[in-house]
Amino acid sequence: MINKKVDSVQEALQGVQDNMTFMFGGFGLSGIAENSIAELVKKNIKGLTCISNNAGVDDFGLGLLLHQKQVKKMISSYVGENAEFERQMLSGELDVELIPQGTLAERCRAAQAGFPAIYTPAGYGTEVAEGKETREFDGKMYVLEHAFKADFAFVKAWKGDAAGNLIFKGTARNFNPNMCGAAKITVAEVEELVPVGALDPNQIHIPGIFVQRIFQGAKYEKRIEQRTVRQRS
Amino acid sequence: MLDKTGIAKRIAKEVQDGYYVNLGIGIPTLVANYVRDDIEVEFQSENGVLGMGPFPFEGEEDADIINAGKQTITTLPGASFFDSAMSFSMIRGKHVDLTILGAMEVSENGDIANWKIPGKMVKGMGGAMDLVASAENIIVAMMHTNRAGESKLLKNCSLPLTGVGCVKKIVTNLAVLEVTAKGFKLLERAPGVSVEEIQKATEGTLIVDGEVPEMSL
Repeated sequence: MINKKVDSVQEALQGVQDNMTFMFGGFGLSGIAENSIAELVKKNIKGLTCISNNAGVDDFGLGLLLHQKQVKKMISSYVGENAEFERQMLSGELDVELIPQGTLAERCRAAQAGFPAIYTPAGYGTEVAEGKETREFDGKMYVLEHAFKADFAFVKAWKGDAAGNLIFKGTARNFNPNMCGAAKITVAEVEELVPVGALDPNQIHIPGIFVQRIFQGAKYEKRIEQRTVRQRS
Repeated sequence: MLDKTGIAKRIAKEVQDGYYVNLGIGIPTLVANYVRDDIEVEFQSENGVLGMGPFPFEGEEDADIINAGKQTITTLPGASFFDSAMSFSMIRGKHVDLTILGAMEVSENGDIANWKIPGKMVKGMGGAMDLVASAENIIVAMMHTNRAGESKLLKNCSLPLTGVGCVKKIVTNLAVLEVTAKGFKLLERAPGVSVEEIQKATEGTLIVDGEVPEMSL
């Protein structure tokens, strides 16, 4: 067994620097790498390019990095929940590249899988495709989208082991598996780090080969963005 | 004239047995409440769940189980979770049978705009561009006019596009319309709404072919 376990979030984040490009798993606030984000806030490194479906909310998730003006550029598909983000974007302080959600997932997956680029129909004929190569296949038009290049991927899983194997829970899975192995270094934080051998190999979502560093997060707030319930009849 | 619930009820009649359906945020989300209960339908949410159920009972919310609107949800027996790339494989690969989404503008050739108002509102397209680029069966749910009273059914969209030539059917508070090669074909009128009122609220070409029936809900 090749050991990927590190003892702290500080050790997990060794090597992060100003002006790097990071991938962050999560959909809204679900399945975000809370401990890694908190440590990046502490380190206060600047000039970051962040690839993440969303930008957190004003006081949680990636919103914390935005609040400290650590982010130079965001690459996201939907950023509607963050007022500070909108302010920085409209004032020109923050560079924002909005791309279709499926394209974001596939540009991560392409990096993970060794494809330099992919063709997708999403965005053809819109401003998203401006300046990009397009090509017709079987009478339909497609846009060439390049694999992402990132220095670190910060992902969050439910359970993991020292071999780096990961299991996700519910819709907290989202972009996390697609980002594993898609950056030079993948840092996985888990709610529960279990002994090697405790996870059934049949149930592993991401094999440890895609993960360089793994640690158990000290705590998880797991904030709910939209609490919707129904009445008991 | 229909309210938002009425629009959702009318669209629910388009959902057929055995359909996998993706519902957008807003009016489309309401459609799930009105689908006939004698048919089998599975709802997909692009953040990674198939077999979405109703909202949880109070106290049973789980931060790890949400829909694309970030709302807490439940799952039904037979449900599955998956990653974002697989979710969009379902969408891009045309495995989803019906897509229902909202719009700010639709043009008479089926272009749709729903993600950006330059200089004012930039929230992003989320999964909408992937959905409209691949889905063969797209229904738009929206009000016929905007808050200023201007038509949302246009000759050409004025806002940045989400997709081109993709919308097939539109259900508004006033009418059911089909996008054809010649323009918006009026299929049904909302209860109590005249053809003249629909004509007045439609900037794009409206095709009225004979007697237009009133919709039943």
